[in-house]
Amino acid sequence: MLKTRIIPCLDVADGRVVKGVNFVDLIDAGDPVEQAQAYDAAGADELCFLDIHATHENRGTMYDLATRTAEHCFMPLTIGGGVRTVEDVRNLLLAGADKVSFNSAAVADPDVVARAADKFGSQCIVCAIDAKTVAPGKWEIFTHGGRKPTGIDAVEFAKTIVAKGAGEILLTSMDRDGTKQGFNIPLTRAIADAVPVPVIASGGVGTLDHLVEGVTEGHASAVLAASIFHFGTYTIAEAKAHMAAAGIPMRLT
Amino acid sequence: MTTVLIDYDSGNLHSAEKAFQRMAAETGAGPVIVTSDPDLVARADRVVLPGDGAFPACRRGLRGFDGLEEALIDAVEARAVPFLGICVGMQMLASWGREYEDVEGFGWIPGEVVRIEPSDPSLKVPHMGWNDLVIDRPHPVLDGLQTGDHAYFVHSYAMRVDDPDTLLAHADYGGPVTAIVGKDTVVGTQFHPEKSQRAGLNLIANFLSWRP
Repeated sequence: MLKTRIIPCLDVADGRVVKGVNFVDLIDAGDPVEQAQAYDAAGADELCFLDIHATHENRGTMYDLATRTAEHCFMPLTIGGGVRTVEDVRNLLLAGADKVSFNSAAVADPDVVARAADKFGSQCIVCAIDAKTVAPGKWEIFTHGGRKPTGIDAVEFAKTIVAKGAGEILLTSMDRDGTKQGFNIPLTRAIADAVPVPVIASGGVGTLDHLVEGVTEGHASAVLAASIFHFGTYTIAEAKAHMAAAGIPMRLT
Repeated sequence: MTTVLIDYDSGNLHSAEKAFQRMAAETGAGPVIVTSDPDLVARADRVVLPGDGAFPACRRGLRGFDGLEEALIDAVEARAVPFLGICVGMQMLASWGREYEDVEGFGWIPGEVVRIEPSDPSLKVPHMGWNDLVIDRPHPVLDGLQTGDHAYFVHSYAMRVDDPDTLLAHADYGGPVTAIVGKDTVVGTQFHPEKSQRAGLNLIANFLSWRP
């Protein structure tokens, strides 16, 4: 049976992890590769690096990180942040990423997702959707780190971008991100039920029950979290055991 | 003993290269080379064919390198060197691929590649993530692996083999999904061993020391 995935996400700027991480035994807690290895050993199902500055000048640092991570971690790695062109996708895949995530660029030009999926296959093209509640049961896409409203309905956009070839949706609730109040369940479910591809729920995890709700009520195929793992509130193993106890199929290592 | 990973512009070879190099060092299997050079394939002692994306695109990609496909066919059919296909590289072992259009495969494992249609409509396609293997038949490449071990899958199409004896392992996703196939000197995995942590590295080490 396919297992629900737990994906820790590392925010990276200029080759360093931005949010602090509370793992013990790290020699250099700011080195994404060392943290990736720690998560690999801890039983994470995938890893996600998000390049939060993603200026053209610091792209090389991200390629180097992807390369070094792939040398040490034999598990799937997704990289997002500042991905604009098919060439960006190609460079990240060649550097060692397994999946590449579009965000604002896909909103500006959904066809870039189609071109990338045609060239590399849907299986490696993720589309990140950042959505805010604008009315009950109505969510709008925001780009540029949640600062810029687009007037685009999130559910409709999810359907469109999957039709273009996105193989997975990384869905972040801007209302919940950083609040520790749990995923936006109605949003997650609306999108997960509207598209045939897997949806990763993101934004707002504060407790292990939130992870469970994302799957059982939100219908997500995977859950992404940052701070609860980085700050050592919970380990990956604790999260998996809790989800398994709630009846969710998990890969327990 | 040289192992060649065939590079035909299909996806990410970096992690596969690193995984094979690491296990080659551990098993004393000799150098691992990533190449599109038919001469190197012609001299290789083991051949690995990866593949990401659509079946027709991969098939065309392979033919885009002059002499590469011929060297590959010669390695398997005339020289009988151990061969491992990964993901679409495994699907191309079949007789036919039915993704977008009907495209002929190598036919080394008779069967066809068709879209996954889980019996439970709530199951998503692509089949993406960690699934547990059910071992159907023992094989030297599976030494140390057992039913229940997890492997990382990401695919929307799967192989259906004509001869059940060529099915070495499957996974369950609203019905059986072919996970590992094998016949004579040829094996293939639908999942990515280079992304499958312990079980995957174990399989790679077995392949590198396999003497069919």
